[in-house]
Amino acid sequence: MIKQILPAILLTLLLTVLLGLAYPLAMTGLAGTLFPRQAHGSLIEKNGQMVGSALIGQSFETPEYFHSRPSATTGADPADSTKTVPSPYNAANSMGSNASPSSKAYIESTQALVDQIKAENPDARGPVPVDLVTASGSGLDPHISPAAAEYQTPRVAKARHIPEGDLRALVAAHTEGRVFGILGESRVNVLKLNLALDERRPLAK
Amino acid sequence: MNAAGILQIVIFFAVLTAGAIPLGAYMARVFTGERTWFDPVLKPIERLIYKICLIKPDQEQHWTVYAFSCLVFSVAGLLLIYAVMRLQAWLPLNPAEMSAVAPDLAFNTAVSFTTNTNWQNYGGESTMAYLTQMLGMTVKNFTSAATGMAVLVALVRGFARRQAKTVGNFYVDSVRSILYVLLPLAVLVTLALVWQGMPQNLDAYVEATTLEGAKQVIAQGPVASQVAIKHLGTNGGGFFNANSSHPFENPTALSNLIEIAGEVLISAGLVFAFGRMIGDRRQARALYLAMATMLAIGISVCYWAEAGGNPQLQAMGVDVASGDRAPGGNMEGKEVRLGIANSAIFAATTTGTSTGAVNAMHDSFMPLGGMVPMVNMMLGEVVFGGVGCGLHGMIVFVIVTVFIAGLMVGRTPEYLGKKMEAREVKLAVLCILIFPLSILGFSAVAMVLPVGLSSIAAPGPHGLSEVLYAYSSATGNNGSAFAGLSGNTTFYNTTLAAAMLIGRFLIIVPTLAIAGSLAAKKIVPPSVGTFPTHGSLFIGLLIAVIVVIGGLTFFPVLALGPIVEHFALGAGTLF
Repeated sequence: MIKQILPAILLTLLLTVLLGLAYPLAMTGLAGTLFPRQAHGSLIEKNGQMVGSALIGQSFETPEYFHSRPSATTGADPADSTKTVPSPYNAANSMGSNASPSSKAYIESTQALVDQIKAENPDARGPVPVDLVTASGSGLDPHISPAAAEYQTPRVAKARHIPEGDLRALVAAHTEGRVFGILGESRVNVLKLNLALDERRPLAK
Repeated sequence: MNAAGILQIVIFFAVLTAGAIPLGAYMARVFTGERTWFDPVLKPIERLIYKICLIKPDQEQHWTVYAFSCLVFSVAGLLLIYAVMRLQAWLPLNPAEMSAVAPDLAFNTAVSFTTNTNWQNYGGESTMAYLTQMLGMTVKNFTSAATGMAVLVALVRGFARRQAKTVGNFYVDSVRSILYVLLPLAVLVTLALVWQGMPQNLDAYVEATTLEGAKQVIAQGPVASQVAIKHLGTNGGGFFNANSSHPFENPTALSNLIEIAGEVLISAGLVFAFGRMIGDRRQARALYLAMATMLAIGISVCYWAEAGGNPQLQAMGVDVASGDRAPGGNMEGKEVRLGIANSAIFAATTTGTSTGAVNAMHDSFMPLGGMVPMVNMMLGEVVFGGVGCGLHGMIVFVIVTVFIAGLMVGRTPEYLGKKMEAREVKLAVLCILIFPLSILGFSAVAMVLPVGLSSIAAPGPHGLSEVLYAYSSATGNNGSAFAGLSGNTTFYNTTLAAAMLIGRFLIIVPTLAIAGSLAAKKIVPPSVGTFPTHGSLFIGLLIAVIVVIGGLTFFPVLALGPIVEHFALGAGTLF
């Protein structure tokens, strides 16, 4: 009996060192050397200040910026740390809404979102693209669809006093196609687009 | 549904088959102890491991000793990961200062990672220290996968050997699985994923100031090294709470393809390795085609259901049409870079295998879209399945199929020259019965107890789906969830852990018993009365047996859950 048990214990300990320390640490070293930007989270700095990550979405609420998708992430309630409150784009607590497609509450809140987005974008053309009224799986989706960017273009152009045609060109320049022309979907990185927008016409502060 | 989406499904199958065939040939060499390319580097390490751990590689084990070693090795790992979680507050590499994990949650998680389930009642970035993710999760991802591969190899030896008393050495099979298969692939996949943008660091969480001036804390960590093995080992436990929908855990559509292909590659390769080890590759081709057909059907149904979108949103005037400028469909819980087709491929694959990673929130899928992953798990995850477990689960169905075919023609059933007698068929049926017993039994209990009902988030039939999904996932050792259900309660932590243990070890032990009993048998040469098991007739029969025997038990409860929800939603009824 003990002859069968001892190897199990020794192997567990040895593999813990090999696979739990040696392997991840070696990978950390190698990845940091080969792909230093990605390995540290694809961070973006502007004027020496950390503004976020190219892969992690941010919440935008003012009309001068393109808005990201709805986010269902939560954070600790500042008033009572045992409770959570909505905290969109909380990159330390990723989550989706997990809303049921047949729930009355979900359909009503989506209707409210549609109404709100229509009110915010009075000059938008066409119907509301679905990604603008649905929460992403992670709550941190960095992208919107080109259609969702197009939908917001008249509003941003007006708020920034940029001709709509110029803005449309800027969006087009920031639209990424499918990987190899096939995989995934075409998309616009909202943070990168908004950074370019600030570069183009800085906000008066 | 559009051409681009269908093309992506075709590409996935092409990549999978192209990778699985050579990998299968290589794994057959590994498990029969033949020379491989890696021998010059790995052989000395392998010998050293045996020496340190007092393993005698030449000493073969009877199936009972093999099963005992497997159980002891699992328990040792379970205790270690439990201890690491309970002690993490006092251990190094904890920059986010996570406190000790609560006892019931730590127990559930330890069982979850030991059984290759990786059900998560916690959010990684808000609960686990980096050291816990490395010493606990990453290590268990390797060892639980290796355990599955070892059990399969023992079963295959049962077919390949004649009048033998032993089925191999559990420790040797596990060590070789890790050293020659899982670890080299994990290194490769880790680097590919980092290249695509996945973090791999021990940095503190980054604090950024957004363009609108808000604070954003961004979780970091040794993500890629864990995610690589999470997929290769069909484990599925996310580094982050949102799993592979998190842009750090699945940055691009290419990383998505690597992850999905990674989670089927070894399971599919093992089918071809099986063919080589029994010396009849036509048998492997038949099983591969049966599995691929069922996976393709699952993906197609899910894609169709999700691409159609939610009729209620359509009624509000929301644009759900898909095209080059918009993903369309049901985007609740899905990511723009991945879109609908990739979410459907991922959902069907992660549950056809026992991975359980998700790149979209299954709870928010349309009723029939969400039923696909649920059915995959109820059928025992034999659509390639978990590494090792998938194929040994499939072989159990094969045994039942040849038994039924034998009844029809009135001959003693045989498979690969081994006569299937009362003992094997009884053990196979036991493996199949575990699923409905555990899934329906626990779900029924949860649906009548207040502690079970109070965790349900969704009203109406979707609430039943959440509970049903949870026990299907736990019993199937899958780990994905209809995550609206609040699983981190004493009731669910305990009962789900029980379901995971039942689904793992009450399958492994009878499977090894079959292996032992087969190994002892003679091999009879095929005669004119032998039912051929490599043709399309057999493939059709096998699929029918899986669907009828595996699926029919669950039809009534599916009718009360996703099916009634589908028709209600179509008729405009909300809950």
